Amino acid sequence: MATLKVSSSVPSPPEDAEQLKSAFDGWGTNEDLIISILIRQTYHESFGEDLLKSLEKELTSDFERAILLWTPEPGEHDALLVNEATKRLTSSNQVVMEVACTRTSTQLLHARQAYHARFKKSIEEDVAHHTTGDFKKLLVSLVSSYRYEGEEVNMTLAKQEAKLIHEKIKDKHYNDEDIIRILSTRRKAQINATFNRYQDNHGEEILKSLEEGDEDDKFLGLLRSTIQCLTRPELYFVDALRSAINKTGTDEGALTRIVTTRAEIDLKVIGQEYQRRNSIPLEKAITKDTRGDYEKMLIALLGEDDA
Amino acid sequence: MAHTLDLESIVEAISGKNVGMGVDEKALISTLGNSHKDHRKLFRKASKSFFEEDEERAFEKCHDQFVKHLKLEFSRFNNAVVMWSMHPWERDARVVKKALKKGDECYSLIVEVACTRSSEDLLGARKAYHSLFDQSMEEDIASNIHGARRKLLVGLVSAYRYEGNKVKDDSAKSDAKILAEAVASPGEKAIENDEVVRILSTRSKLHLQHLYKHYNQIKGSDLLGGVSESSILNDALLCLLKPSVYFSKILNASLNKDADKGTKKWLTRVFVTRADHSDELKEIAEEYNQRYGETLAQNIQEKTRGNYRDFLLTLLSKSN
Repeated sequence: MATLKVSSSVPSPPEDAEQLKSAFDGWGTNEDLIISILIRQTYHESFGEDLLKSLEKELTSDFERAILLWTPEPGEHDALLVNEATKRLTSSNQVVMEVACTRTSTQLLHARQAYHARFKKSIEEDVAHHTTGDFKKLLVSLVSSYRYEGEEVNMTLAKQEAKLIHEKIKDKHYNDEDIIRILSTRRKAQINATFNRYQDNHGEEILKSLEEGDEDDKFLGLLRSTIQCLTRPELYFVDALRSAINKTGTDEGALTRIVTTRAEIDLKVIGQEYQRRNSIPLEKAITKDTRGDYEKMLIALLGEDDA
Repeated sequence: MAHTLDLESIVEAISGKNVGMGVDEKALISTLGNSHKDHRKLFRKASKSFFEEDEERAFEKCHDQFVKHLKLEFSRFNNAVVMWSMHPWERDARVVKKALKKGDECYSLIVEVACTRSSEDLLGARKAYHSLFDQSMEEDIASNIHGARRKLLVGLVSAYRYEGNKVKDDSAKSDAKILAEAVASPGEKAIENDEVVRILSTRSKLHLQHLYKHYNQIKGSDLLGGVSESSILNDALLCLLKPSVYFSKILNASLNKDADKGTKKWLTRVFVTRADHSDELKEIAEEYNQRYGETLAQNIQEKTRGNYRDFLLTLLSKSN
């Protein structure tokens, strides 16, 4: 990790608190100090919520948001993302779906547990309360899932469900309850088998079939992303990164979210796919569009996988 | 007075190794009946030939052979010993599986497991389901149940309710209004309502208690007085809000002289699954006494026999 440095000994929590206080006081000049403190595990363990509360107040720039997202445990991380998403408007349905579909069953469970602890209610309650109609049906089901994670697949079932899905899509019943049921209760291996079957039988990928619908249909868009997240998450992230970077002004929120949440998971694979599909390395695309400490942080996280 | 057996003797007794020597059944009943759930955990861990440790999910799974063996050996106990030695998560997972297989009339059992267990225990039952049946509970329910009840049942078993003491009373009030309007619908229409499903499957039990209070004020009638034509909705409400009332009703049906074989088994299930929560069984007994004018212990004494009866009474007295 070229840009980040950690001291050899871990100071005590009171010492950390002192250092941080002076870092806040001297805001604008002590970012490196902040980074090195925040990396210390014992600090994080001792101060958990209180620290985050102070940070939330102080941190408003993109770089600072990146720090905020990167610090807590992944479960808490995800809980924060979803909670924030429920408070914003429709484009954040995507975030809820992303957390629900790209995490493992255990990771999603941790997010649900962290949500209880942090927000004093359940994740599904909040998602249900802040969404409506078809979005609510889909997202509440996705966020409540506790999928079995075995690799065994039932081919007869895959055949049946591929047929069922095809029939509904043909009639543009995208919000059909069976589609939602299949996507939110089946194990990922089974879902993959079903869509492979779909492609074999109908000569085109499900995602292509779904392009037939109305471009402005936001639910359809969410449905497509859901299927992509469940079957080829790395491609979903490549698309999401590209939109975030190419958007006028760059969607830092999305960029930060994806890089920080995938950093220890599959960011390297995503980077490779990105290059393949866009003919430019992800690192380059990011440096073109970001600057300062924010850029340094993202690049450091990108490089972590190589270490 | 029956002495208590040590761990080794229990394992031997249950494994049937000392066939011919006879099992000191009184001692067995006394030991098992009075055992704390941690002792039973030790028993499961010690009996490697009967229980397999599922480390990932943190429970000890029962081998099918062992279940069959126990049923045979302890047929006089009417399944109580089998259920009692299992991990509570496995018990609940098996109850749900069996209910799915039996169909329609047994769906209230799914409601019971989903609504009367704590969030962690329901989650545990789902983990056990993965381990035992290689699929998720909600998957199985969703593929085997159709129509209106599917949505509600999948929702209920997928819940991971907040269990703290924070609640927003005005949210509870608006939810109460929604429910008030919906429950008046005929047949199963109430549970086809997405808002009803949302309220019942995502809200915390504390929130629902507040909702209950508001509903009664708004309607001037009791939400738990069988307000809907949908029995599954009524069961869910009762299980979520007043589980001891629900269980006392089940027990009453089970102890009725006209009860069929299936209904009679409810007695075992209620006792075994609630006895680990010491206050609960006591509450259920009190509710029962109040509601039916006779003590639960008395009724069990009269209506059941032999070792089975002794086992139930031991569990009951342990709670006092």
